[in-house]
Amino acid sequence: MAAPMLRGCCLGRCWALACIDSGSRHGRGAATGFTCSGKRGQSFVAQQPLLTAQKSRKGEHKWAAVVGLEIHAQIASNSKLFSGSQVHFAAPPNSLVSFFDASLPGTLPVLNRRCVEAAVMTGLALNCHINKKSLFDRKHYFYADLPAGYQITQQRLPIAVNGSLAYSVCVGKKWRQVITKTVRIKQIQLEQDSGKSLHDELRSQTLINLNRAGVGLLEVVLEPDMSCGEEAATAVRELQLILQALGTSQANMAEGQLRVDANISVHHPGEPLGVRTEVKNLNSARFLARAIDYEIQRQINELENGCEILNETRSFDYKLGCTVPMRDKEGKQDYRFMPEPNLPPLLLYDTASLPAGADPQQVINIDRIREQLPELPSETREKLIQQYGILPEHSFALLNEVGLLEFFQNVIKETRAEPKKVTSWVLNIFLGFLKQRNLAVNESPVTPSVLAELLNLLDRKVISSAAAKQVFEELWRSKGKTPSQIVSERKLELMQDEEALERVCHTVMEGHPQVVMDMKRGNPRAINKLIGLVRKVTHNRADPTVIKEILEKQLSS
Amino acid sequence: MLKGYVPPYNATVVQRLLDQGAVLMGKTNLDEFAMGSGSTDGVFGPVKNPWSYSKQYREKRKQKPHGENEDSNWLITGGSSGGSAAAVSAFTCFAALGSDTGGSTRNPAAHCGIVGFKPSYGLVSRHGLIPLVNSMDVPGILTRCVDDAATVLGVLAGHDPKDSTTIQDPGKPFMLSSLTDVSKLCIGIPKEYLVPELSSEVRSFWSKAANLFESEGAKVIEVSLPHTSYSIVCYHVLCTSEVASNMARFDGLEYGHRCDIDVSTEAMYAATRREGFNDVVRGRILTGNFFLLKENYANYFIKAQKVRRLIANDFVNVFNSGVDVLLTPTTLSEAVPYLEFIKEDNRTRSAQDDIFTQAVNMAGLPAVSVPVALSNQGLPVGLQFIGRAFCDQQLLTVAKWFEKQVQFPVIQLQELMDDCSSVFEIEKLASVSLKQ
Repeated sequence: MAAPMLRGCCLGRCWALACIDSGSRHGRGAATGFTCSGKRGQSFVAQQPLLTAQKSRKGEHKWAAVVGLEIHAQIASNSKLFSGSQVHFAAPPNSLVSFFDASLPGTLPVLNRRCVEAAVMTGLALNCHINKKSLFDRKHYFYADLPAGYQITQQRLPIAVNGSLAYSVCVGKKWRQVITKTVRIKQIQLEQDSGKSLHDELRSQTLINLNRAGVGLLEVVLEPDMSCGEEAATAVRELQLILQALGTSQANMAEGQLRVDANISVHHPGEPLGVRTEVKNLNSARFLARAIDYEIQRQINELENGCEILNETRSFDYKLGCTVPMRDKEGKQDYRFMPEPNLPPLLLYDTASLPAGADPQQVINIDRIREQLPELPSETREKLIQQYGILPEHSFALLNEVGLLEFFQNVIKETRAEPKKVTSWVLNIFLGFLKQRNLAVNESPVTPSVLAELLNLLDRKVISSAAAKQVFEELWRSKGKTPSQIVSERKLELMQDEEALERVCHTVMEGHPQVVMDMKRGNPRAINKLIGLVRKVTHNRADPTVIKEILEKQLSS
Repeated sequence: MLKGYVPPYNATVVQRLLDQGAVLMGKTNLDEFAMGSGSTDGVFGPVKNPWSYSKQYREKRKQKPHGENEDSNWLITGGSSGGSAAAVSAFTCFAALGSDTGGSTRNPAAHCGIVGFKPSYGLVSRHGLIPLVNSMDVPGILTRCVDDAATVLGVLAGHDPKDSTTIQDPGKPFMLSSLTDVSKLCIGIPKEYLVPELSSEVRSFWSKAANLFESEGAKVIEVSLPHTSYSIVCYHVLCTSEVASNMARFDGLEYGHRCDIDVSTEAMYAATRREGFNDVVRGRILTGNFFLLKENYANYFIKAQKVRRLIANDFVNVFNSGVDVLLTPTTLSEAVPYLEFIKEDNRTRSAQDDIFTQAVNMAGLPAVSVPVALSNQGLPVGLQFIGRAFCDQQLLTVAKWFEKQVQFPVIQLQELMDDCSSVFEIEKLASVSLKQ
């Protein structure tokens, strides 16, 4: 282990090495304060899931964390940003590579119109100012997955600037309270994606797949207005939903279509900002918040132990649950930015500035794109609340699952049941079943029509709530049967004969005078017992609400 | 670096020629990656100027007409497209393509006594042209007469969707009109181009040409391009910067030469690039990267871009004042012997020899070198005409008129052909025997 008085540079590295190398030595206090104080040698990694930035350590000053994000979203287009090769996920290696992508000498970039439109759409949806003139630059560095030795990006003058992204954080118990937060968007720029490298340790070689090289990316830069992992994750989620609603990116993190780098620093409120680190390539929605919170806590721990934060680049080790310095980036890179001479400035127009007689194929009109923007998630949620009277947190939940909103709307169309009922069924029961079996909405064996029919039965009081759940279970298991079929097969219909029910109630009450006495005395639980007994007698085919009514009526008479 | 590399696609200019029925005779030698003004730094060796073996030159040098094996004093072609110039000059083909970034087409054209045409930037597609300086490169056309150059230009010019820096117009073939009356023409003579290093012979030809225009009724005036003296340095900064960027792709990974080292990616890159590039290229890459460093970028690159704008504006101002065409020398002197040329390094030579040609590239203007006469040594001297942007046709029309006036002599390579005739005999026998 390192000598106890180590500070500064060495500290960070030693600690990180311990973290990586000692897979079996998790519990050895690898993270916090293993040098200076040595007292807080608890296993930080084991504690990991419980830590959030808001919890301040006892006896310390309060810390504030500052989180900014750089999000790369792959543009959903048929071909790449500057060449005609196709964009496809999981194609055979190096099968989607044009001469330009492979950097063959003499090839030149040709801008893809769809990518520009995607950038403008995204910029408008995020309230950005669209630059009518934007420029392309070369960013130079040597890496095997960058065939040309430079990436074409927009450093000097990006296509969109100064926007904002609103996201809602649920606070309080059961997330009842919804607070809207805003993060400023510094800019959106168009740039090329790099290829992929696969390191084969066994044969000491690196395999390069250029299928992804040259695919169009939107880099969305979020200012450091966020303060913890959850805020960052929520903002990313909202951006995902927006991109998907626009159709500009499928934004699927698992498929690498959305990648996030986080810039994190901590400081005492009122004091200047601290040194920031960059945590790169957070590719999983699940680990995004954790990684950021981990890094925040790591920085706090380092500083509380009197050590310094290095301005470095780190990555998140999913297995160990910690951030580690990235070894292959030595020092600060000078990217030797230079204007891209093969691409003239990108000029966009609006209706006012459109040149007369311009070929519509050759120009992009910002106003037209704005007119054709599809409905954004925030609008959709608002409409749901207005139209169906559902709660805000439910509107979030409906939009959060792919296909769920459509499912919900299809059910609503075909049922007379109240929207609140439908919401409850869809979000609690239906979604619950899906999650339990790890299914997507489009894999559900229960279709919207079927659920609608079931809810109609419930609404007409043909069956009870409990019976409905039974039917639902049956529907999930055996396809092809309708709710009505199942109801009649299993004799789940509610007793419609009120007189018969009254007789049963009467009989039960007579059979349990003690309970009736309790009821008269005002014991609220007594009536439940009676209800239970009646239900038993009727084989659960009586509506508990009705039973209660009858019992109370009979009692008072 | 590109040894053994066979490109899997044709450059647009090549394809357009092939589509019109052109027959590809072969590929020609050049300075490595078009860096140089002598065509002496290629991996296949230096290019020899056909005029070294011409009757006109040999007579002047009082050499023995036959069997003189000692040709150690042969002359350079100029460069960097020397191989193409030599090919056209020696009658091996109808026309040849070169590239012109700082004069690489016009320079060897002047030294080889042929027409070397640099089109306006954006007129001819650069798709397939291995880039040196993307913002200055153009494909160059080398022919024996101006009409031939016009024919080739007619096939090549026009929009190419694969090159985003080409003009929108589609372009079509055209015939040059034969100018008879130059009285409406205004010829400009830039005074800053009268430099001390200019050989007296070339200067005298330049002067005679001006007088010729004047005597035929054209208006000939002195003009000023005030920022001329800064153009070499400005060109150097911008050229090396873009070169450093364009050469970054040569890493041996996807194509071309790859070294044997496989310890790590970095080591492989470094060794491949060390082996694959000659000193000239490596020197320019290092220089360019220096200028592109964050701490140097504003002082060098940005400044040079601003100076470039000034230089381009010099031309705009002159053309706006009523001048149609500028007349300047193409080179400082006629072609020099190889042994003398290599006494100075590539960079020095380039800086010297590009002096009349490279400002044109920075301004993106069309220019053409037309052979005017033989020097005292019996070697060709060319003069350069510079035109307004995208007025290539007008420029060539003036050049054609001038060509007709000066009646430049045809190269006499008869002795060389006689020397070779014995070779031809043997070949004839070989072909006969094969038929049997």
